[in-house]
Amino acid sequence: MSDEKNTAAKLEKIKAEILAKYPTKVARKRAKQILVNRSDTNGKMPEVGANVRTVPGIITQRGCSYAGCKGVVLGPTRDIVNITHGPVGCAYYSWLTRRNQTRPESDTDENFMNYCFTTDMQDEHIVFGGEKKLKQAIQEAFDLFHPKAISVFSTCPVGLIGDDVHAVAREMKEKLGINVFAFSCEGYKGVSQSAGHHIANNGIFTHVVGLNDTIGKGKFRINLLGEYNIGGDSFEIERILDACGISLVSTYSGNSSIDHFANSHTADLNAIMCHRSINYMAEMMETKFGIPWIKVNFIGAESTAKSLRKIAQYFEDEELKAKVEEVIAAEMPAVMASLEKAKPRCEGKRAMLFVGGSRAHHYQDLFGELGMETLAAGYEFGHRDDYEGRKVLPSIKIDADSRNIEELHITPDAKRYDPRKDEESLKKLENEGIDFREYGGMMPDMKENTLVIDDISQFETEKLIEIFKPDIFCAGIKEKYAIQKSGIPMKQLHSYDSGGPYAGFKGAINFYGEIERMVNAKVWSFITPPWAAEPELSANYAWVA
Amino acid sequence: MLLRHTSAEPVERTGLMINPAKTCQPIGAMYAALGLHGCLPHSHGSQGCCAYHRSALTRHYREPVMAATSSFTEGASVFGGQANLLQAIDNIFTVYEPDIIAVHTTCLSETIGDDLNQIAIKARDEGKIPEGKFVIHASTPSYVGSHVTGFANMVQGMVKAFSESTGKKNETLNIIPGYVEPSDMEEVKRMAGLMGLKTIVFPDTSNVLNAPQTGKFRMYPKGGVTIAEMKATGDSKATIALGPLASDLAARKLDAQCKVPCHTQELPIGLQATDRFVDTLRKVGGVSVPESIAVERGKLLDVMTDMQAWFYQKRVALFGDPDSLVSLVEFLVALDMHPVHVVTGTPGKAFEQKIRDLTAHLPVPVNVKAHGDLFLLHQWIKKEPVDLLMGNTYGKYMARDEDLPFVRFGFPIFDRVGHSYFPTVGYMGGIRLMEKILDALLDRKDRDSPEESFELVI
Ligand code: SF4
Ligand code: SF4
Repeated sequence: MSDEKNTAAKLEKIKAEILAKYPTKVARKRAKQILVNRSDTNGKMPEVGANVRTVPGIITQRGCSYAGCKGVVLGPTRDIVNITHGPVGCAYYSWLTRRNQTRPESDTDENFMNYCFTTDMQDEHIVFGGEKKLKQAIQEAFDLFHPKAISVFSTCPVGLIGDDVHAVAREMKEKLGINVFAFSCEGYKGVSQSAGHHIANNGIFTHVVGLNDTIGKGKFRINLLGEYNIGGDSFEIERILDACGISLVSTYSGNSSIDHFANSHTADLNAIMCHRSINYMAEMMETKFGIPWIKVNFIGAESTAKSLRKIAQYFEDEELKAKVEEVIAAEMPAVMASLEKAKPRCEGKRAMLFVGGSRAHHYQDLFGELGMETLAAGYEFGHRDDYEGRKVLPSIKIDADSRNIEELHITPDAKRYDPRKDEESLKKLENEGIDFREYGGMMPDMKENTLVIDDISQFETEKLIEIFKPDIFCAGIKEKYAIQKSGIPMKQLHSYDSGGPYAGFKGAINFYGEIERMVNAKVWSFITPPWAAEPELSANYAWVA
Repeated sequence: MLLRHTSAEPVERTGLMINPAKTCQPIGAMYAALGLHGCLPHSHGSQGCCAYHRSALTRHYREPVMAATSSFTEGASVFGGQANLLQAIDNIFTVYEPDIIAVHTTCLSETIGDDLNQIAIKARDEGKIPEGKFVIHASTPSYVGSHVTGFANMVQGMVKAFSESTGKKNETLNIIPGYVEPSDMEEVKRMAGLMGLKTIVFPDTSNVLNAPQTGKFRMYPKGGVTIAEMKATGDSKATIALGPLASDLAARKLDAQCKVPCHTQELPIGLQATDRFVDTLRKVGGVSVPESIAVERGKLLDVMTDMQAWFYQKRVALFGDPDSLVSLVEFLVALDMHPVHVVTGTPGKAFEQKIRDLTAHLPVPVNVKAHGDLFLLHQWIKKEPVDLLMGNTYGKYMARDEDLPFVRFGFPIFDRVGHSYFPTVGYMGGIRLMEKILDALLDRKDRDSPEESFELVI
């Protein structure tokens, strides 16, 4: 038996060991979500069970649809008054996380980022309906702040009592003369945050995109999709694009403003970071306005360089290509210098990543740059295509939970549909190596005989740690301290703890330093007290000079 | 300016809450349940609530906060969550092996009207609850009250489920410490110990949410009140409930259920409230106050006399939970400070009256609001400035905008440590609280002093 097979067999055994703890029904379900990454004799990757319900009682990393819609997508847009319609809690918890950095253009610019708005429903509103209160809340927000736009987010009880938030929004829009729109993102919709991302993007597409046709300045105008400015990531990407002479029309939705969204259909390219949270927006924009899209990745210095080159190649402009090379050449020495310092202290160490809908994939590039290996990875709310690549989309079965999320049917805009490139030039570029409308998924990029686990549970996390004792584990805040109590450093990747940005060149430098610190921190060596290291009791009387 | 849209002029609002000073019931219920040894809290609703509550508690305590969820999707929201909860109970006992599952509702299951009691009975009947294990529950709709109410409901649920009377009373005292930090629960225990009293403190999150680093994760850390102790609360001589809003409900339930007389009083924050606590311990416990307690009191008093110049007539704005604010205001007044703006998010008019009574004799007008928000507090501060702001982490935005010294106090504190290790209750807690206030005021004085009056000593 080869070494390889040994590992595969070992991993299968570990999988069986984990499943043995579960009741039969749960085990059957989890068996499809825990995989050994290994293609069969025909080179076919295994199929992963993803975007399926979490079993009740199983401690999960996942949140809800509201968290995806309000927390992730609309949260980082500074100039909308985002009102959460519901009892106080949901609004409270999505108020000011490390996802909420923004940079208004001036000191007088609108910025509601630090505010939390809620209707704070009381029991009488649950009994008699909350529409009146919601109208009143919108009116009060308007009177106090005169914002350009107000949006409304429904929480679980609102869906249940049947408040028609969309009708309220329409009525108030009419009355106030500003853009008012609502999202039916009740927490029970779908199986995870992912449903909320979809609802959010549909809403923005319907109510905002295309409202302003002004063509802005700049020769190379792009949107960055699926970038949420966690820990200032967008700031760094903006800096780099700027240096290259690429104009950012809009970021969805880190450091964003509603005006940027309204104008985003005038861009000539959509570059997608987190495809999970937003690929449908790119598709809808392509269908309606003719903007092509490509997948990019600004996590990792190599990936950043590659993504910049890809964008330059798309525009087929020699000057831009030269500028991009110049920027890369100017940035790389500092990156390499910091890598040289960190790498010897990180090389050979092993990581595990269970986070998000694309981060568990992207961050492997950074670990790779450090010479670290990823033993196991998985998504909190990925779908099959995030694991296996976009090509599997046609074979994904639609279940009841996905059917509840509205699909918009988009047709080309009668006046504004303007294919930025004809099919022929797209083909030509494709032949030159740019993949349009494509992303490959995490599994093909991971080594064979690693573990891929969707929607990992607390119990499985503990097991992995016990068995593998990785050098670092990446997940979210809920997982952090359980992992650290096991003596393993844990890095948050949804909402970076004590650090960031990690995107782009400066981000890579930050990340190298951060990981180098984490895997080498002295503190982990002190866990065992001296008296426990040598348990036998043997006292010697000695006099030491 | 971080809160650049906040204008100075308050206007009446009835629809919109801006920057809440409270959060929802289940997080309080989850916190209380973590103070039961071997208990896994369970959130009956969609998984988002549970994720949020765990995240917020984790950020505040920097400790593992474990809890399961019924993971409702659309179906459960329409047909009710019974099937989900039954399945969850089965899975939890099999996979995570707790002694107790403490279920609380969320807005969703509450609105549907799921009957937790009936579901728990069904689970028992169907053999989903192993011998010697328990499912307890509390109803915690977030459109009523606040996180404090949720805490109170779960503590009452603990009494309902466990407290038994054998008919023979003993000398033990029950202490319900209120919605306070693990460090505070520990301090209350320590003080009662100094008095020579045998106590059962519940809930008790010490050594659960301030657990040591051992290199081994324990799903159920050492701390927490045990089932045996909880059962025994019915035979105790009396119950002392600290913080009426958080603790009175359970204390009364215990009285009704097992005839344990209860004494409810304010949280022992500051000199006078701690005096009353000690005095109650003395009278109810039938002991005299030992010298060690008198020494601690004297130390607190000593710092108060030494430092009064720096407190005198300083204007303070405060926000937080009713129980802790009432005691804090009393303490600040004792320090001759002027708590001029006081906001709690938790609804309830009794709070406003209590603060009015405590500040009635002050030579300055005092603004008080229950079911208020930080937006209003900020407007008050803009109109009538203060020297100090005290409240949870969310206050840092106001503090920065208005350039105010800021003392973190209450829940949640996401950006500093210490609260889970160092108490603010009791005499020693009073010293720590004063230290924090003085540090903030004196740091400001040093920052603002002209060079010629920047002094080494004060
Ligand atoms: S739905 Fe209710 S219980 Fe859940 S987070 Fe929101 S307010 Fe809290
Ligand atoms: S990487 Fe994950 S957490 Fe981040 S936006 Fe995408 S889906 Fe959300």
